[in-house]
Amino acid sequence: MNIFQPIGKAFLGFLAATGRLSLFAIVSVSHCVRPPIYPRLIGRQMIEIGYYSLPVVGLTTLFSGMVLALQSYTGFARFSAESAVPNVVVLSMTRELGPVLAGLMVAGRIGAAMAAEIGTMRVTEQVDALTTLSTNPHKYLVAPRLIAGLTMLPLLVLVGDIIGVFGGYLISVYKLGFNPAIYIKNTWQYLEFLDVFSGVVKAACFGFIVALMGCYNGYHSRGGAQGVGAATTNAVVSASIMILISNYLITEMFFAK
Amino acid sequence: MSAEANIPPKIKVADLQKRFGPKVVLDGLDLDVGVGESVVVIGGSGTGKSVLLKCILGLLEPEEGTIEIDGQPVIGLPTADREEINRKFGMLFQGAALFDSLKVWENVAFGLIQGGRSDRTEARDIAYSKLADVGLGTDVGGLWPAELSGGMKKRVALARAIATTPEIIFFDEPTTGLDPIMADVINDLIVKCTRELGATALSITHDMASARKIADRIAMLYKGKIIWQGPTSQIDSSGNEFVDQFIHGRAEGPIRMEVRAP
Repeated sequence: MNIFQPIGKAFLGFLAATGRLSLFAIVSVSHCVRPPIYPRLIGRQMIEIGYYSLPVVGLTTLFSGMVLALQSYTGFARFSAESAVPNVVVLSMTRELGPVLAGLMVAGRIGAAMAAEIGTMRVTEQVDALTTLSTNPHKYLVAPRLIAGLTMLPLLVLVGDIIGVFGGYLISVYKLGFNPAIYIKNTWQYLEFLDVFSGVVKAACFGFIVALMGCYNGYHSRGGAQGVGAATTNAVVSASIMILISNYLITEMFFAK
Repeated sequence: MSAEANIPPKIKVADLQKRFGPKVVLDGLDLDVGVGESVVVIGGSGTGKSVLLKCILGLLEPEEGTIEIDGQPVIGLPTADREEINRKFGMLFQGAALFDSLKVWENVAFGLIQGGRSDRTEARDIAYSKLADVGLGTDVGGLWPAELSGGMKKRVALARAIATTPEIIFFDEPTTGLDPIMADVINDLIVKCTRELGATALSITHDMASARKIADRIAMLYKGKIIWQGPTSQIDSSGNEFVDQFIHGRAEGPIRMEVRAP
């Protein structure tokens, strides 16, 4: 057997899957901007993504901020550069950790839920029922989730940034003996608009990816409970990988010299 | 030529072909359903009955052939035109396919609200009226689909199918999974609702009791083709050995089940 055959087959399969995902994304996005819009469904998804994800994102960023302060202090103490701790905490949180951690957490929580819900609707013919009731599934199921993901993750990340910086503040002031006023002053002093803005752009991108992969995998699930399970796993794994890849690309776009 | 002969069939399927990979499911199928007629397609499991319905509904795209609704070809229509055609349809799915996230009355009112035919309050009143038509009380309207029995789900699905006053109603295995008494209740409701609406009905089933009750005409699907069709009264004297074997449920006969040896 030709050794290149399986490689070529896998590559063609990858290209076909990319094409299907791209078409799905284009059709879905087109439904986001064409009436009718479903405000009730968008609102429900916003609450699901934004409000109900707040505890898990808050906890994650709080402890990440605390660990960051602790680790950077022990590292910088070797060079007598402890005063850089507030800058490191705030820049790391706003540029990287806030968006990436929130994205990954929401991928696990919301991406999986979307894939499971839409996947179950698919295998129980509820998606077909929508079509027979003259309702486009892309418009009714996918568009509200994309809009909610795109808008709510930036808000979650802004809140997560504040909580993460507060976590660093708690450790620095109450454990490492930093002066509270100086810590806050140093935090603000070197923080630029671009640091926060790049994190928000990342968050919007990650929110879109999480919703898209959840909907795409759920929409194309087949074969009952096992198919829905596979769709859920694929949604989380593919969204997580795409978040990490796009994180690099967006960082390159904003900060590469 | 009579005026009746000039009326196109409500549904016209001609030379329909559908395959999944190498497996040919529909192989040049022809079927006409007249205005106000109730046609039941019978056939064994896996013979393509559901595929036929999904092709007519636009859920599957056939490889070849034509499907006309009221004389208008519908294969390959743009999405908006297809949605307009689908407004003529009501559909009762085999597993009811009720939306889990909506209450029973919202399920029934779904087509009215989403289609912009009624506001929410009016749609709610119509939904409760349709639930009453299928023998369900007002207390059922506020329940979730998960709280209903199989028979109640089928009734709710029937209420949803007729809520928009469709011109054509499709029934996919309407009695599957129900006990004989509940199956008969559903059959009676199907006959009553379609007659009251004056709707055209196309059903698929392998339940002969159901077929005899709801059909004006029965067509048998085998190996992707309609191999016999005729009035319900003639099903017992069809003279077709495939039909005879099927309606009497005999293992012996020209139809061989494709069962692999263990």
